[in-house]
Formats: sequence, structure tokens, C-alpha cells
Amino acid sequence: MIVEFGHLALSLALMIALVQAVVPLVGAAQGWRGWMALAAPAATAQFLCIALAFAALMWAFVSSDFSLKVVVENSHTLKPMLYKISGVWGNHEGSMLLWVLILSGFGATAAWFGGALPERLRARVLSVQAMIGVAFLAFILFTSNPFLRLAEPPFDGRDLNPLLQDPGLAFHPPFLYLGYVGLSMAFSFAVAALIEGRVDAAWARWVRPWTLAAWMFLTVGIALGSWWAYYELGWGGFWFWDPVENASFMPWLIATALLHSAIVVEKREALKSWTVLLAIIAFGFSLIGTFLVRSGIITSVHAFANDPERGVFILAILAVFIGGALTLYAARAGAMEAKGVFGVVSRESALVMNNVLLSVAAFVVFAGTVWPLVAELAFARKLSVGAPFFNQAFTPFVVLIALLLPLGVLMPWKRAVVSRSARPLYPALALAFAVVALVYAIATERTALAPIGAALGVWLIAGTATDLWQRAGRKAGRLTRLPRADWGRALAHGGLGVTFIGISLLTAWDIEDIRVAQVGESFEVGAYTITLDKVERLEGPNYISTTATMHAEKGGRLVAVLHPEKRVYPVAAMPTTEAAIDNGIFRDLYLVIGDPQDGGGWAVRTYIKPFANWIWAGAIIMALGGALSLTDRRYRVAAGARKAPVAATPAE
Amino acid sequence: MSGMRWLVLSLLLLAAPAHAVQPDEVLADPALEARARGLSQGLRCLVCRNENIDESNADLARDLRLLVRERLVAGDTDDEVIAYLVDRYGEYVLLNPPATGSTLILWVTGPALLLAGLGGAALYLRRRRQAGESAVAPLSEDERARLAELLKE
Repeated sequence: MIVEFGHLALSLALMIALVQAVVPLVGAAQGWRGWMALAAPAATAQFLCIALAFAALMWAFVSSDFSLKVVVENSHTLKPMLYKISGVWGNHEGSMLLWVLILSGFGATAAWFGGALPERLRARVLSVQAMIGVAFLAFILFTSNPFLRLAEPPFDGRDLNPLLQDPGLAFHPPFLYLGYVGLSMAFSFAVAALIEGRVDAAWARWVRPWTLAAWMFLTVGIALGSWWAYYELGWGGFWFWDPVENASFMPWLIATALLHSAIVVEKREALKSWTVLLAIIAFGFSLIGTFLVRSGIITSVHAFANDPERGVFILAILAVFIGGALTLYAARAGAMEAKGVFGVVSRESALVMNNVLLSVAAFVVFAGTVWPLVAELAFARKLSVGAPFFNQAFTPFVVLIALLLPLGVLMPWKRAVVSRSARPLYPALALAFAVVALVYAIATERTALAPIGAALGVWLIAGTATDLWQRAGRKAGRLTRLPRADWGRALAHGGLGVTFIGISLLTAWDIEDIRVAQVGESFEVGAYTITLDKVERLEGPNYISTTATMHAEKGGRLVAVLHPEKRVYPVAAMPTTEAAIDNGIFRDLYLVIGDPQDGGGWAVRTYIKPFANWIWAGAIIMALGGALSLTDRRYRVAAGARKAPVAATPAE
Repeated sequence: MSGMRWLVLSLLLLAAPAHAVQPDEVLADPALEARARGLSQGLRCLVCRNENIDESNADLARDLRLLVRERLVAGDTDDEVIAYLVDRYGEYVLLNPPATGSTLILWVTGPALLLAGLGGAALYLRRRRQAGESAVAPLSEDERARLAELLKE
């Protein structure tokens, strides 16, 4: 009964979305206030209906209702509660339902917090948001309905893919979708602005919080996914340039560019049409990502759906929305005149460089991701594009961005002099060179990666510190009184530096040891002595585990006792590796237990991963920077301005 | 599921090959082994989804890893090993597509887009600067007279 209720709520949401897409748009065109005013309550109702449907599906999973097809295919009575809940979005149908839930959720926030928006703009934004909702609700109801019943329910389910039964991956999709789908707000604002034919500083100020929120969630989502791969896949890889990873990375790159170009629109009333275009492209990449993952057209580790009907449907959505938005853009972009005037060397031009590099980098990733498809269709060549290509083609852009970033941040608006902006950076530069020398002295063996990457990281962090110091007028006491946006920017840029150091040092200095160890045997890896104490068979709730007990010593002192596991999930008939990791600031000790060997003993892998945690710490710092920026007074002022009679252009 | 079937199934699975490079595959010569690892990272596990043979758990990946080591021990150079594998499995096996023929387009995409982007940005910046110059039109006679008056006061 509850399931039918959920089904009904979902159908109702589609009806509401249809009304919300049409009525406010007509109202805005005709100037009928009553029609425009419908948008906000409709957005709330749509969100509540989808939330109800989502709750019904979750109830089906939690109560193990095996008359429901998705529950049978993705759940099991013995599965721990956390994974019964995360199982809701661990499958195609449920994850699409999460998709529209978040879509309507963002629409609802625009209805709730968008009181300061001009009436027409708000009506149009909510209408465009509802159009996307209509498309995806129809997609769910017609091709991927999670509420389909089975005529003869089985006694138990087939369990969730064991790889997905993990705390990191339980929260990875919601964060990713909050980011991905959050970019729909930027899209809706862009299309609304195009319909209106007007983009100004106020528009940029309204778009930025939503883009910033989406970017933050996307950053956390990508970091969670990468962290999960690191500890779950059993050899400590953290990024694979898998098409599905790329699908989340491309929108992130474009969203980053969009955040920066929106600043130029806000402060200097320039780059308007470019910013609108970026907003369209950012959501376009989200849709492309959804298409790549959901259609299974590029098969990869994550692709669970493999049905052409769905692929064609999403492709049609993509074509209509992005094609439509770009057509509108072609017709209207000319009307957006830039006002700001600035020199070739200025903060504006630095931000233009940022945009060029980030966008081109995103397109390089895009080209590599779809190239196997293009080559097969157009040139009848069956080839692969993997990590080596992306590392070579993508890295130069990142290096350029890191080199220019601290300089760009210190440049003033309108007109800058390179030498004057660079002068405060000399200590940062010296520090970066010192790090090159230090890293070079520690280990020169493998690649230039370690010294260069670490130096760029230090350059970013020191450059960011310099930026804060300059902004505070070189007085320590003023640091705490800087606007939160300044601190937010500093954290985001510094976090990037931290990630840089993590990636380059981990990649360059990773130590690996593969061997057969007898129980009781000790062996040396790097500075550590590892002992395999025992191996035993244990039973978990829905798996059987081979658990080893190992301990690591350094210089005769016990460092850690670790329990790497190998698990077998009998229902899903899949083994997984659970590496045991001793986390540290400067290194992770990473142990994996393998198979029993014919001649006795066990295959054992030991990794020493220097600076591994810096990668995700950097990402979290970046996201915190975004959060801090989001709480800046500017946005609160803009939000509070609704009470003031003249709300259109809050004072700077 | 009965306890017996559970046990049989799990034993079957425990016996299945599990993890990337196995200890018995590792070559005695560390220099050769390092070369084998390097090569493996650029070769695709043909039956996997976007995994290289160094990281893959598939049987085929193991066969390919052993093949690479066999060729290296036989005295092949890195290029010869690659050529041998491409000969047998086609260029699909290479994770780094060689910049030949139509694949050249893929490799040129990045630099070409960067140049186009920089060109576009340069044009835009020039226009913005010129907009500044033209916006400050010279004062007319009247304005100049008025300005002089104001300054006198």
C-alpha cells in the first residue's frame, strides 16, 4: 500500500511539474502576477511529492518488501541497515529517483530563499527547473520505474553489489548528485536570464550561492569516491580516469570556471555572455555524465544500467535542453553588453586565463572520454584511452593553473603591473624552490614529479598565505577581521595546494611489496618490520571473512596492529578486499591479505603510501572554503534585502 | 540457502584467483620486474572495464602479465613487447593510444583548443581595453569651458 502511495506521489509530481513549467512562464511573459506566484507553491509541492515517493521506496528497502523488483535485485534481509538504506540509490531506478529528489529540492530552495529575486526572474527560473523535472520524472515513470511489483515475490533478495556495501560509498552518490544536479540551478538562472535578455551584477550574486553549494557538494562527492577507491579496491589507487569518474570531474572543472567568471560579472559587469554559456555547459556536462553512466554506452566499473531505451531517452533530454539553451543563447547573447573596462594585465584577465585553462582542460577530459566511441563509429578503429593519455594531456593545464594562481589572486582589478603584484610573492617563490631542493635531496630516483608537484603545492599554499597577509594590510590583528569570502578563497586555493602535494608525493614515493608470508614470519618493507601473526575465518552478517592479524614495528617499537580482510558475499557471489590501513599525517601503512598459496603461507601486499591523506584533506579544505564563502555577509545582505523596498541591486 | 551449499560456494570462491600481481609472477631480476610493471600499467585488460593488467584480477590479465614477463626474459625491448601485443590483440590493448592517423585528432584537441581559447581571450581583452579608450571621449568646447569655470571656483 505504501509503495502504491509512493508511485502515485511520483505521478502527481510529474503533473505538478508540468503545471509549474508552463503557468509561471506564461505569467512572466504576460505580466500576470497570479500566474507567476504559482511557481513557488508548485515547487514546494513537487518537492514534497517526490520526497514522499522517495520515502516510500526507502520504506520498501528497509522493510525488505520483496514484491518490489528493485528491492529483490538489490537487497537482502541479512544486509546491515545502513546498506538497506543506501541500497535505495545503489541501483539505476533508485538513483534516478534521488536525482529528481535533489533537482526538485534545489527548485524548492529557490522558492523558499529566493524572495529577494525579481518576480519575473524567479517565475522563469522555477519554470525552467520544472521543465528539467518533467523530463526526468517522465524518464523514471516510463523507462525506470522503481515501483514495479513482481507477481510472485521471492523469499529473499539478491543482495547489493558488495563493493557498494561500504560507508564511503553509501554517502558518495548523494553528495555527487547534490553537486551534479545542483548545477541545474545555474542552468535555470542562465536560461531565465536569456529569456529576459538581461544579465547584471545582481544576477551573478544570486547565481553564485547555488553554484558554490553545488561545487562544494561535488568536491566532497568526488573526494569520497576517490577515498573509497583508495581503501576498497585493494592497491591504493585513488584516481583511474574511468569514464564515470570523468563524468563527475568535467562538471567540477566547468563549475570551478563558472564560480570564477561569475565573480567578474558580479564585480565588473564583464564576461556576461561567457558566464551564461558556462552555466549552460556546466549542466550540459552533468547531463552528459548522467547519459554516460545511465546508458551504459561506455561500459565501466560503475555502469549498472545497460538498456538502449534509457540511453536514447536521456540523449533526447540532453539534445532538447542543451540544444534549446544554446539556440536561445545564440539568439540573445548579443544583447548582453559588457560594461567593465580593464587592461590586458589585470585581475579580470587573470580570471579569463583561469576560465580558458579550466574549460580547455574539461574538454580534453571530454575528448578522451568519448574518443573510443568516436573512433569506433567514425573511423572503425577499436582503441582504448586510459590513464596514460589523461595524465599526459591533462597535467600541463593543471601545472599552468597552479603557476598562475597566486599571481592572479594578488592582481588588482582593472589594471595591474606584473612586477608590483609579484613582489610580495618572492618569499613564497623562495620557499617553493627550497622545497624543490629538499625533495630532490631526499629522493631523486624515480621522476621529476615529486619535486615539481610538491613545489607547486607549496607555491599555492604560500601564495595564498601571502594573499591573506596583503589583504589584511600586513597586520596580523586584521586577519581575523577579513570578510569570510577572503578566508573562503584562501582555504579553497590552499586546499588545492595540499591536494597537489598529496598526489605528487604519493605517486612518486609509493613503496610496494608483494610476497608470500608464512604465519609467524616477519619481513622488512621500507623502515617497517611487518609480521603476519595469524589468519582466521570469521563470519559477518552477510559475508564470510578471511581475517589476518598483522603487526608493524619501526625501530623495535610497535606502530600498529592491523586486520586486513578478504570477504566473500555468498548471495552476490563476489569477493571483496578490505585493506587494513594505519593512517598517518605523513604516511599510510596499507596491508592487504591475498590468497593462501599452494606451498603454504599467504600472499601479502604491503604498501607505504606517503602523504596519501593530503589528497582528500585538500579536497575537504577546498569544500570548507566554499562553505565559508557561502556564509559571507554579502549573501546574507542580498537575502535580507527582500524587506527593503528597492531589492533589485543591493549595495556592494 | 542451505548451509552446505553456502559452504561449497564460498570455498569455490575462495579458490578463485584474486589479486593483481601475484607473488609467483614476480621476476627475480628487479630491473626486469620494474620494466614489466611499467609496461603492464599501459596495457588494457581486454575483458575488463577500463582496467590495466597490472591492477586487474581477471585471469586474462594474469596471462598477459606472464606473457609480458616471458617476452622480457627472452630479451625483448619494451617496444618489441608492445609491438608483439599489438600484433596479437590490436591497438585496443594500448591504454595510451598512439598519435597516428585519426587518433592524431585526439592528441591535437588540447593544444588546439588552448590556442583557440588564448586567441579568443586576447581578442576579448583587447576589445575591453579599447572600450575603455573610446569610452573616455575628449571633452567638447562647452564642457571644457564649464570645467575651467568649476576649477576656478
